[in-house]
Amino acid sequence: MSFLEVLYFIVPTSIAYAAPLILTAIGGVFSERSGVVNIGLEGLMVMGAFIGIVFNLAYADVFGSWTPWIALLVAMLVSAIFSILHAIASVSFRADQVVSGVAINMLGIAIALFSVKMMFGKGQTDFIQKKIPRINIPILQDIPVIGPMFFKSVYGTSVLAIIVAVIAWFVIYKTPFGLRLRSVGEHPMAADTMGINVTKIRYTAVILSGGLAGIGGAIYSQTMTGDFGHATINGQGFMALAAMIFGKWHPIGAMGAALFFGFAQALAISAGSIDLIKNIPTVYFHILPYVLTILALAGFIGKANAPKANGIPYIKGSR
Amino acid sequence: MSNRVIKILVPAISIILGLLVGAVVMLFSGYDPVAGYIALWNGIFGDSYAIGETIRQISPYILAGLAVAFAFRTGLFNIGVEGQLMVGWFASAYVGAAFELPMYIHLPFALLAAALAGALWGLVPGILKATLRVHEVIVTIMMNYVALHVVNALIKTVSGGSYKTDKIQPTASLRSEFLSNLTDYSTLHFGIFVALAMVIVMWFILEKTKTGFELKSVGFNQNASHYSGMNVNKNIILSMVISGAFAGLGGAMEGLGTFGSMTNQGGFTGIGFDGIAVALLGANSPLGVIFGASLFGSLKYGANNMPNAASIPLEIVSIVIALIIFFVACGYIIRVALERLNKKKEAK
Repeated sequence: MSFLEVLYFIVPTSIAYAAPLILTAIGGVFSERSGVVNIGLEGLMVMGAFIGIVFNLAYADVFGSWTPWIALLVAMLVSAIFSILHAIASVSFRADQVVSGVAINMLGIAIALFSVKMMFGKGQTDFIQKKIPRINIPILQDIPVIGPMFFKSVYGTSVLAIIVAVIAWFVIYKTPFGLRLRSVGEHPMAADTMGINVTKIRYTAVILSGGLAGIGGAIYSQTMTGDFGHATINGQGFMALAAMIFGKWHPIGAMGAALFFGFAQALAISAGSIDLIKNIPTVYFHILPYVLTILALAGFIGKANAPKANGIPYIKGSR
Repeated sequence: MSNRVIKILVPAISIILGLLVGAVVMLFSGYDPVAGYIALWNGIFGDSYAIGETIRQISPYILAGLAVAFAFRTGLFNIGVEGQLMVGWFASAYVGAAFELPMYIHLPFALLAAALAGALWGLVPGILKATLRVHEVIVTIMMNYVALHVVNALIKTVSGGSYKTDKIQPTASLRSEFLSNLTDYSTLHFGIFVALAMVIVMWFILEKTKTGFELKSVGFNQNASHYSGMNVNKNIILSMVISGAFAGLGGAMEGLGTFGSMTNQGGFTGIGFDGIAVALLGANSPLGVIFGASLFGSLKYGANNMPNAASIPLEIVSIVIALIIFFVACGYIIRVALERLNKKKEAK
């Protein structure tokens, strides 16, 4: 393949892989900015992926070409409801948020697989007929070089992910809700003194993260795999968590990190057909996102500071 | 009610709640929970073969639980047990297959290799935590995925492109004909004794040595430990290394005992994550870990009988385990409820 052909393949694939990561990572930004550690993103994504596929299979005849989009909405709702468990445990019951997150991860995959076996009598679902379609964006696709890279046969969901990232940035940094969210994550007692309802903000943030992770999961299953099984998500949620940290708990940063991790995944699957990097074992591309995140945390790539009150339950009256 | 009783009651109530909610889930999915739990029981204790297999399953659970518990005692959350276990599994399988040595050297050597590999995987987050204050939870999660991909690549390399390492030499095997015959030809192996020995090792380190005292002290209060002249950073690294070594030995249970080789892993084994549940339920004490591992190991193995005997998907047990962790995590609210109940009784 020539260099340009490689780019025409790699860039859209990277963006396609990045879309679910972007949405899930932004969910993580909301949750952790409010001070609730959410390593349950993986489980929430699994739930979204599962619901997306099941809804798509069940209602493809009813909704026609709208099916995958409505499936995204349903997945969002179900994952949001599922995430309330995490909110109750970590906000109201003062649970160790990491442990609660681990429980959410295990519960998500267990419920999904249990239901799949119950409904289909086997380890994975059937393949969906209505995948999320690739679209060509008019006019823009005719721009030389850039057109085929970014605007030809893109998933609508990728556009959605980028729009959500921008909206999230606006909400977190330019609205009263965002200011409250950040203050609750930095110093909940000060926020409480100013009349902000810490519990309410944290619940909202966790539920938002659940909804976004649900969409992310449903996008992944409806674009990449087309069915749901035990290995469908396989670490995408943790990669989104990594993207959130690599992006320094900032929505646009998280988007950039997710795009980069998408690029690493695209490289891993296509390295064999690119002359320049043919001889590099794919394992290096596979571990790249994780190694980079460790390096970022170690401060080799700028200092990453978590919200101050991240992971600490707020107990009224304690200092 | 004394504090001690509550400490035991919280996990007990969590287990009961977990099983109850599991029953409700079965009921709502149109299965018979009674038949389900009977099948589970028979899967664990039904015959001597099942008992043998259950004990076999418990061995890695003990070691994974010890790994999580040991780090917890120093105030560290090691979610990386899964990855440490995998590199340990690979190291033991590799050493077991690649060398030809007499048994009294080969077997300890293979076990040591597993422990060292696990320790190395624990060393990285330990050093990062001690020197740069990087949170160990995230680093260990990332190290899990690095382990998964690296181990798969190594399997491919050492086996010359195959998906599976060579079978280990009999001199490195934990397999035991005696134990196997005793339990109707199950795969029960000597690993359970290795695991129990490590329980004693952990108890000894924590309760009987100066190092153990320092490790626990750092877990209680880093500033106070530092003030009294302990090297906090050294203890953090040491804790992660020992924790990783336990996890690596857990991998050796699979590599030298159950499977005798390592196949390409499509995802995680789950043993490391269940180790978190084991440690939590056992309140991070060596004895508690035996209890937690017995419970979760039994549930995990017994579940295999559920699809056949009661045609219930075996994932129901994973749901129950996840619920138990969830309830243990919410221990605060259970404690509050217990105390209220107590007060009412006293008022009467």
